[in-house]
Amino acid sequence: MRALESILVGKGYVDPGTVEEIIQTYETKVGPRNGAQVVAKAWTDPEFKALLLRDATTAIATLGFGGRGGEHMVAVENTAEVHNVIVCTLCSCYPWVVLGLPPAWYKSAAYRSRVVIRPREVLSEFGVSLPPETTVRVWDSTAETRYMVIPRRPTGTEGWDEEALAAIVSRDSMVGTGLVSLPESLS
Amino acid sequence: MNGAQDMGGMMGFGPIVREENEPFFHAPWERKAMGLTLAAGTTGMWSLDHARAARESLPPGEYLTSPYYGIWLKALATTMVNAGLATEREVATGVIETPPVPVKRILRPEEVAGALAKGWPASRPEPHPAPFRVGDTVRTRIMNPVHHTRLPRYARGKTGVIETVHGVHVFPDSHAQGLGENPQWLFSVCFTGEELWGADAEPGTRVSVEAWESYLEPVA
Repeated sequence: MRALESILVGKGYVDPGTVEEIIQTYETKVGPRNGAQVVAKAWTDPEFKALLLRDATTAIATLGFGGRGGEHMVAVENTAEVHNVIVCTLCSCYPWVVLGLPPAWYKSAAYRSRVVIRPREVLSEFGVSLPPETTVRVWDSTAETRYMVIPRRPTGTEGWDEEALAAIVSRDSMVGTGLVSLPESLS
Repeated sequence: MNGAQDMGGMMGFGPIVREENEPFFHAPWERKAMGLTLAAGTTGMWSLDHARAARESLPPGEYLTSPYYGIWLKALATTMVNAGLATEREVATGVIETPPVPVKRILRPEEVAGALAKGWPASRPEPHPAPFRVGDTVRTRIMNPVHHTRLPRYARGKTGVIETVHGVHVFPDSHAQGLGENPQWLFSVCFTGEELWGADAEPGTRVSVEAWESYLEPVA
């Protein structure tokens, strides 16, 4: 690592301030709270949801998110009939603009190899048990398209505003390896 | 290429290990490796397709036993050498022995937000009408190229249905080889679990991949 840094900085190809700025962007600005805002808005604004399902890149841009790792966004909606889950079997493509940097498990060989062939088993290990009549849809991100899952809105959240809804949307629910549930104090 | 990166359907990697309150990085070197790799990419001297090709060119044993950002760094060294930014010895030792070459861009810290917000879109103008429509049945070609490709082994020679037409995108197979962008129509193709995995498939499961037009042939 040091050798590469010495060459890149020493030859003037890379500004060390740029390296730090990039890292801090993903440590402090870009993360799953962005995606949670997208989901909360989709749950409360039917027009936004329709646009999100038709042209997710444009819809997400209206909230100020876009760019690297989300140039071509696709949103897929969980329903009683279909449960979606995302993966990149060939590397670790992940919707950075709405979820930030992927967790280690998403990048692991264990997840990448298995979720396409044993998706129900993988989901149940994540605590997502689905009835047999629910179709499981796995989206392998083999191009520059980046998927995010719109999880199902839990019952008991009627009348909640976007901010309160966004607070209960987890990262895993937007990957498809989690469900959104009410906080224990309310359920 | 049929490298270790193409993992879909492999078995034996053990349980999926999750970490509560996982930090962004597990060591300072990982943090720096991420930033350096992205920053070096903004020189414009190679594309993400080149970087992916370099990562998956690692021998399988090495790929599977290297930490994630370790793979990134090994590929970064490769792309730097391939692009003429450094020699093999320089990336190994860190000692500068040759003068810098001109690069397309040196991103300044104040330009980072704008560059990341713009991103690197892969969409291109449409050279001809899309060869398939939503609902068409297609078969993925049986292919085993020695170079970079984005059609996973588990999805080759399989029959599926066009689910989405994504427009025209840079074709990674040629782009990663330095043969130009060769933009092609890109589709989501949906397969049943049974088509991919036979009787061993879990019931009620479907898998989609993104496939460029040259990966596909029509099924009458």
